[in-house]
Amino acid sequence: MKAKSASFPYLVWMAVFIIVPTALVVIFAFTDRSGKFTLMNLEEVGQYSNVFLRSIWLGAIATAVCLILGYPLAYLIAKTRARQQNVLILLVMLPMWMNFLLRTYAWMTLLEDSGLINRALEGLGLPAMHMINTQGAVVLGMVYNYIPYMILPLYSILTKIDGSVIEAAEDLGANARTVFFRVTMPMSMPGIISGVTMVFVPAVSTFIISKMLGGGGNLLVGDLIDMQFLGSAYNPNLGSAISLVLMVLILICMGIMNQFDENGAMEGGVMV
Amino acid sequence: MKALSRVYLFLIFLFLYAPIAVLIVFSFNASTTMSRSVWSGFSFRWYSILFQDQMLLDALRNTMLIAATAAIVSTVLGTAAAIGIFGMKKWTKRVVMNVTNLPMVNPDIVTGVSLMLLFTFAARILGGSLGMFSLVLAHITFCLPYVILSILPKLGQMNPNLFEAAQDLGCNPLSAFFRVVLPEIFPGIVTGMIMAFTLSIDDFVISYFTSGTTQTLPIFIYSMTRKRVSPEINALSTLLFGTIIVLLLLINLRNSKDKKPSRAPQMEV
Amino acid sequence: MGEPAIVSLQDIAVSFDGEIVLKDFNLSIGDGEFVTLLGPSGCGKTTTLRIIGGFVRPDSGNVFFNGKKINELPPHKREVNTIFQKYALFPHLNVYDNVAFGMRIHKKSESEVRATVHEMLGMVNLGRFEHRNVNLLSGGQQQRVAIARALANNPKVLLLDEPFGALDLKLRKDMQVELKKIQKQTGITFLFVTHDQEEALSMSDTVVVMDKGAIQQIGTPQDIYNEPKNAFVAEFIGESNILDGIMREDFLVEFAGRNFRCVDKGFTHNEPVDVVIRPEDIDIVPPDENHLTGVVTDTNFKGVYFEIIVDVQGFKWMIQTTDYEKVGAKIGLAIQPDEIHIMHKSEYSGSFGDYSSFSDEMDPDALPKEKEDV
Repeated sequence: MKAKSASFPYLVWMAVFIIVPTALVVIFAFTDRSGKFTLMNLEEVGQYSNVFLRSIWLGAIATAVCLILGYPLAYLIAKTRARQQNVLILLVMLPMWMNFLLRTYAWMTLLEDSGLINRALEGLGLPAMHMINTQGAVVLGMVYNYIPYMILPLYSILTKIDGSVIEAAEDLGANARTVFFRVTMPMSMPGIISGVTMVFVPAVSTFIISKMLGGGGNLLVGDLIDMQFLGSAYNPNLGSAISLVLMVLILICMGIMNQFDENGAMEGGVMV
Repeated sequence: MKALSRVYLFLIFLFLYAPIAVLIVFSFNASTTMSRSVWSGFSFRWYSILFQDQMLLDALRNTMLIAATAAIVSTVLGTAAAIGIFGMKKWTKRVVMNVTNLPMVNPDIVTGVSLMLLFTFAARILGGSLGMFSLVLAHITFCLPYVILSILPKLGQMNPNLFEAAQDLGCNPLSAFFRVVLPEIFPGIVTGMIMAFTLSIDDFVISYFTSGTTQTLPIFIYSMTRKRVSPEINALSTLLFGTIIVLLLLINLRNSKDKKPSRAPQMEV
Repeated sequence: MGEPAIVSLQDIAVSFDGEIVLKDFNLSIGDGEFVTLLGPSGCGKTTTLRIIGGFVRPDSGNVFFNGKKINELPPHKREVNTIFQKYALFPHLNVYDNVAFGMRIHKKSESEVRATVHEMLGMVNLGRFEHRNVNLLSGGQQQRVAIARALANNPKVLLLDEPFGALDLKLRKDMQVELKKIQKQTGITFLFVTHDQEEALSMSDTVVVMDKGAIQQIGTPQDIYNEPKNAFVAEFIGESNILDGIMREDFLVEFAGRNFRCVDKGFTHNEPVDVVIRPEDIDIVPPDENHLTGVVTDTNFKGVYFEIIVDVQGFKWMIQTTDYEKVGAKIGLAIQPDEIHIMHKSEYSGSFGDYSSFSDEMDPDALPKEKEDV
């Protein structure tokens, strides 16, 4: 059919703006400033393994917190009446339409030493807490910004679970607890996987949140890349090498995640 | 149990909305010291200052211009692409969809730097520099997958015989497309376009690497957060937030009339 | 087929992804006829329809319309219209606009459009539904709109692809009568596709039985039922007992260890043949030396008749009778010469016609409902 030719302009676009740039990252990662082949950049990335570890660690904690907080919420929303569901889901998504730099900035206002939370504590006669510029603050920023990405896929899969399956489990003698762990939870696995992916990827690669809430001491991979391209340490070759490693790490993580998804039910995900 | 879940819902929404409430409240702060946590009375002064700040207004104009262009171009290109991809053989389709998903799967920062490499490379060869043009190209690129993914399911839901039925009744293929297929997938096209527009307005990371010296609103905000954010930004974001709420209410009203809740495609990822 | 052919297919061959869908296919359809393509899923009947509609281009062979070759003619320029399996009504248009669609494409005046739409909706008894949303109509109503929409275009030939597949039995019967009426009234050539033999027999002037991409038999419903050409046709059109036999001489056949008088001739001496006896053509008599005898192994009440399975020397026969026989009863089987039908051996011999694995749920229509060929 001639329909296929409709996608021709897009295929060209895709080649120029997705494939070529990705190839450029690879080329830069393997060359030095004069354009000669080298493995130097990748070796140098090794020196920053602590930054990578910190990013993955904080990203993983944030993802876990999102899952622990988000699952019950998605479950509760999925259980309410249809009309109420739409309102609650809208309320979950709404904050995403506030510029995320501003939302993060608002947390600075709340968390800083003389910020609103400490003032409130003071007012109650409690000792002040140091919260800003800690790893905890970075995780909080990640959780705050990305938790909707966890709740939405969970909610959407939980509403799709056929009520009669639950009834069948009850009919076969399962109590509420068993129903949840043996039926609901396994059936929502694809939602968990896509939620985890959608939180983990941006959390690992963020560079604003760490800068704003983590102070200078909690450098993440994103900050490292930023520094190589637009910062003080200008070195696009090293920056490309770091990007390449980050990209590969994330693809590996997603590959592992997809293994959990036995049914292969995750549509539109990576099938690399 | 019921009470417990209500408390839980309340706490989560408190967590989600506390910072936004802080932003909105402080947009009405009368303080002249620009302090971000001292309340010194109610005033609209930041709203009036907002409309006199030329830099900020320029950034806002750039953002809107880029978002509108990116949304329109990516919708046209993406609609054609979705139709083409839908008609592809299984294997080709798989390859194309994997590449299409790449900008969604890749961390934004990697997409950003890869496009920056491309644009600086092109600028060196062709002359010129990064700015509005490179921003628009970058935004179209990251919007495209969302447009395509919101149209493809609509094509899948469509009765495959509709296109043939129109031809059977005398339409040539092109007019059969416009008379029958387009009306069927239109909701998907609108969803895609709205998503493209909002993603473009909100994007910071990719813009940051592809903007050169041009300022968009998020970049402007970023440069302020590194020093001190003027409450006029609070005022601006309050206005934007208000606009979004009104838009969402309108869309929701329309959807509930159609009785076909259109799920945002990002939930299907 | 005395009428001049309006559509004819000549030496058509089609394959999809290396799989043969149609081969050496020849068919001509007379003007004004009601022709039915009958066969199981995947036999190529829908593909045949789509070739005539212009949606499938054959790998080789020619398509003629009124004597003109139309191989290259795109669908929108053909004077045929199609009723699609799932109706394919345009969901964004109401009933009136759906029916008016084709005429508007052909730039008819609105007054003409209005008159025709009224006439067509009247014909399918949907006069008061003009402004209804098509998505809210019942299956039967949607079907009527689809018929009205196709007829409004005034086609020379109407192609119907299993149009009643999604309707329940009662509605199906009503629609069959109504469709036959419409066909008589309009005089348009109908080419109808179905896998339901009863539907095919009751509606058609000519039935084309197909299997594995080839025509097995073409004939009137009576021909097809009474004189099946091979075991496939015999089995597909109703129930049949099919036995191995030997044609001893003209009008004499041997099967089940006995000689029987019959009305067939023209076979070679001692030719092995397939013998078909319809279950309703067997009379039950007291067991004696002059008849085949067997033991009843199963009895099913079917409403109008009993369906009983009889074991005769290891071969299970099916008999439809109004007399009740107990399981275990010993009975005799009487068969009149004109109830015996003799067929040449074919590739289908031996694969049908024995009821030893018979169970009530077995039903040729209930075979796995795979998607009909593209």
